[in-house]
Amino acid sequence: MQDKQERLALWQKGLDKAKARFPERKDKFETSSGIPLQTVYTALDRPEADDFALPGEFPYTRGVQRNMYRGRLWTMRQYAGFASAQESNERYKYLLSQGQTGLSVAFDLPTQIGLDSDHPLSEGEVGKVGVAIDSLADMEILFSDIPLDKVSTSMTINAPAIVLLAMYLAVAEKQGVDWAKLKGTIQNDILKEYVARGTYIFPPEPSLKIITDIFAFCAEKVPNWNTISISGYHIREAGATAVQEVAFTLANAICYVETAVAAGLQVDDFAPRLSFFFNAHSNLFEEVAKFRAARKLWAEIMSKRFGAKAPKSLLLRFHTQTAGSTLTAQQPDNNVVRVALQALSAVLGGTQSLHTNSRDEAMALPSEDSVRIALRTQQIIAHETGAADVVDPLGGSYYIESLTAQIEDRVKEMLAKIDEQGGAVAAINSGFIQRQIQDSAYKFQLDVETKEQIIVGVNQFTVDDETQPELLRVDPAVGIEQQQRLAGLKSQRKPEAVEQALAAIRQGAEKGDNLFPPVLDAVRAYASLGEICGVLREVYGEYQAKDLV
Amino acid sequence: MAPIRVLMAKPGLDGHDRGAKVVSRALRDAGMEVIYTGLRQSPEQIVQAAIQEDVDIIGLSCLSGAHNSLFPKVVELLKARGAGEIAVFGGGVIPEADIPGLRAAGIEAVFTPGTSLEEIVTFIRERVSGQ
Repeated sequence: MQDKQERLALWQKGLDKAKARFPERKDKFETSSGIPLQTVYTALDRPEADDFALPGEFPYTRGVQRNMYRGRLWTMRQYAGFASAQESNERYKYLLSQGQTGLSVAFDLPTQIGLDSDHPLSEGEVGKVGVAIDSLADMEILFSDIPLDKVSTSMTINAPAIVLLAMYLAVAEKQGVDWAKLKGTIQNDILKEYVARGTYIFPPEPSLKIITDIFAFCAEKVPNWNTISISGYHIREAGATAVQEVAFTLANAICYVETAVAAGLQVDDFAPRLSFFFNAHSNLFEEVAKFRAARKLWAEIMSKRFGAKAPKSLLLRFHTQTAGSTLTAQQPDNNVVRVALQALSAVLGGTQSLHTNSRDEAMALPSEDSVRIALRTQQIIAHETGAADVVDPLGGSYYIESLTAQIEDRVKEMLAKIDEQGGAVAAINSGFIQRQIQDSAYKFQLDVETKEQIIVGVNQFTVDDETQPELLRVDPAVGIEQQQRLAGLKSQRKPEAVEQALAAIRQGAEKGDNLFPPVLDAVRAYASLGEICGVLREVYGEYQAKDLV
Repeated sequence: MAPIRVLMAKPGLDGHDRGAKVVSRALRDAGMEVIYTGLRQSPEQIVQAAIQEDVDIIGLSCLSGAHNSLFPKVVELLKARGAGEIAVFGGGVIPEADIPGLRAAGIEAVFTPGTSLEEIVTFIRERVSGQ
């Protein structure tokens, strides 16, 4: 040790001379989270903890499984959906035919906010950022000819997650598929909607209650379904740093577990079905370290804070998406390269599934050609680079291990601050988390303005005449067609059955019963999403954001 | 001279407000008074707020693809309410091909991803003080 320190001091003198002759490019080097970077990392920087950590063992820093991608590759799961259920169904079947291994459903904004396509606020939004689903009838079309026991399906749905999952279960019934065979995930993460993504409906308290209802129902009836995907992705997109992404995600996760435990659930009954969703941003090594640190932190939180005993309760399993906010509208083909490097960080960081963004997404929804390149990017990483052939290939790197430890320390500091304030909901209600994210977003933009941060093609290496790629256009007629379909449905169904089912939901909500069974009955009776959420809006009220800038 | 008053608004259901908030802060740092509407505003609500707050200019931000229906509606309603002197600009994930149509509908400038804050500040200053 003494010897190593002496050698390093000596080396440092030589470095100072070299710097005097060749000044460095920047005054200071740091990661996106502001972690200062040394010129070089050595054995002296290794955190003392564990020199012989192995994957698939506590605290899982190196991975949640022993053999990781040598057994099965990550799930290649492209988020897709637009226009009508019919068109989205065709895109899914295309993606599956191209070697994609799981589905990921994007819903349009009215669906995500629990409004039907004929609601005044839905104008212009129907089918735009995802598929429009008004009732079980649409869901039946969305999954037609896709056997639900053969695919795993992720649904990006939060405030009305209980309704969309109920629809999925009803489709499974019609296909004759046992619920126990269903695999997939609902996002169901309301807390990040208040700080980053904006598709909230109800206030936090009833929202958390519905989430707990879903945990309880699925633990019994849909045992292989991931009941939540606790998401740092959107928090990062909104401007958070890597450290903030992990800290705020884990703070939200802690709140979900606390709420469920307080409602009387046993932690090991639901914790194995909790999953996570992170962003793969551009600082390659910081991202790899972030994924490793997040796994370790979660394992420790679950075992120490919540006393979880089942090994599966301790595993932070996560989906990753490359960073949409890093895509540029300028020279969009460059985005293919950005996405490839971000995707590599996710694989080196041990993700369970991955979405790679398409090059044209700073301008519109992706075209079919762009989506294919994005999927091929994953396939190239999987089959050509060798990155999937060894578990945690960067483990033991002086730099990566040091960064992992520093991210862990900084996340713990932030979690302590949030605990002091009374937890995630209190920190959201006070605007603390929103302010932290906004400050980081603003700082980043100022760095871009001053060229402290170079964005290739945007503030340097620009070209005068940008070529405009062919973009996907959603037919504006989708909105009208969808409204007609809904009107047709309403004239065909049995009104008494719908009314009865909606009354049962109201009663359940007022009494505080588990809402899953009455919602399922309403869905089966073809009550619309807007009708079901409308009843819940009346009982629970709507969340009013306090928007500060 | 009184500071320029700006209403930053999020029409429609889109929840992506990073851009609207970053621009709001930059305008404030540039000495303007900024009112941010928050999410999920109908064109009617935006126009009402603009008139009530007596702003010089409205910035609309939309990343959901609903800009072609929502942005022109704000301009129409301003005119209908006799507030046609309030200028309107927009930003977000907006394909190049949509910009001429938006300009023709009275959206005086459209700022797409990669725009510098300085460019937006300069546009507003010239537009409002040049009147």
